[in-house]
Amino acid sequence: MTMASAPAVRDGFDVIPPSGTARLLAADGPSHVAHLAGFGPMPSGRGVDAVIAELDMAGIAGRGGAAFPTWRKVAAAAQSGRGGVVIGNGSEGEPLSAKDATLLHTAPHLVLDGLLLVAAALGADEIDLVTTSAQLAPVRRAIDERRDAGRIRVRETQDRFVAGEASAVVNAIERARPIPRDHAVRLTVSGVRSRPTLVLNVETLAHIALVLRFGAEWFRSLGTPDDPGTRLFTVARPDGRLVVEAAGGTPLSTVLRAGGVDPATVRAVLVGGYHGTWITADALDTPLSPGGLAAFGASPGAGILMVLPRGECGLARTAQITGYLAEQSAGQCGPCANGLPAIAEAMGRVGRRDRDTSLPRRIRELTTLVSGRGACHHPDGTARMVLSALETFEHDLRAHAVGLCQETAR
Amino acid sequence: MNAPTRAVSVLHVDWTRCDARGSCTELLPELLRTDPWGYPLAAGGGSDVGVPAHLEAAARDAVGLCPVLALRLITPAD
Repeated sequence: MTMASAPAVRDGFDVIPPSGTARLLAADGPSHVAHLAGFGPMPSGRGVDAVIAELDMAGIAGRGGAAFPTWRKVAAAAQSGRGGVVIGNGSEGEPLSAKDATLLHTAPHLVLDGLLLVAAALGADEIDLVTTSAQLAPVRRAIDERRDAGRIRVRETQDRFVAGEASAVVNAIERARPIPRDHAVRLTVSGVRSRPTLVLNVETLAHIALVLRFGAEWFRSLGTPDDPGTRLFTVARPDGRLVVEAAGGTPLSTVLRAGGVDPATVRAVLVGGYHGTWITADALDTPLSPGGLAAFGASPGAGILMVLPRGECGLARTAQITGYLAEQSAGQCGPCANGLPAIAEAMGRVGRRDRDTSLPRRIRELTTLVSGRGACHHPDGTARMVLSALETFEHDLRAHAVGLCQETAR
Repeated sequence: MNAPTRAVSVLHVDWTRCDARGSCTELLPELLRTDPWGYPLAAGGGSDVGVPAHLEAAARDAVGLCPVLALRLITPAD
């Protein structure tokens, strides 16, 4: 398979790897010409063992939320043999997240490079790129701009919370129904139509494209040993969202500032999005790395940082989010379909300052009941976020139980 | 550690199929209780329940008698 791009650009073209924190967002526009000027041609295909070794040395972990070491996923797929399916996951079901969409609009060719390189290494015979309607045009335009990407099938998925889960992505391709499915066997063993299936987030693929160009050492030249490279963050403010690329381990406050947020105005940040963990304003110097966030039971997840401004009630906001998450249950798993609405109902009462002091205990019992009991981790993620709110906003919880709210001073 | 508690097999619940019919909780009271909505609940929660050797036959019955085929016994050989 030829990996060559436009030869006129390639000949005598000396590409300097990006040196600043703008890596994925370094190119001067989404076109193939800008992509080649910024990053140089796609490297020639390498054997699967070499690809796995380079990804292992780079230490890159998945950017879709679960942070699984990428080399292990690729190695698991390689073990299943050739002829499998490789899927670029740009579903981005989380409504606060904008980084995958931004990437597909501003640097689609990095994602395509990553997909083609991984698929070639694995000898895959199907390549899919799954995304929502707004990203179809830029992705198709990018595919049409080059000669080596015609094999990639672009698949539209629905804008719903659980659609981004890997088995839901497989379902989107198989049955045009993006809801999670039971997978007692790993997707890398049996996924799309029982074939070995590797699902990688589009940001992960873009990083892979750069790691295989410039090497693991270059990748690790930014970030920290436990969180090498850069990450895309979505800073979600009440008035809009900004996508920020920052080195691994950058303090939360630095990324907030880059996202247009004055840390002095922040009450708390929901790190990791609606399945994430609340972190209060006194901890904004926390590094946004798995190690830095572990102290709070948090992780970078898909890089969503939702700002709760001063003067807003964290419990009321949590109640609102929980209601949304309960609605987003696909309704196929009993504990989730019954438990999430029950949690949302109790959390809603807490948010409205109901004086029933048994509510926090009831919420805790329900979170225990739903955790681990579903085809996907939607109940677990919801439980984690709610429990984090009860802990983080403990003072407010006590005030609410007597009908008061400190934060909104009412 | 009590004698026959080592799990040799795992009973996997496919929640997308489970319809709270309750036959498994009747056949395996040692392993499964019923949650407030009628769905099977293992002592430690979760979707995969360790089955000690002396309950493996009962677990097989539960798999075979589940009317919606929501159970699967994964033995170490699998």
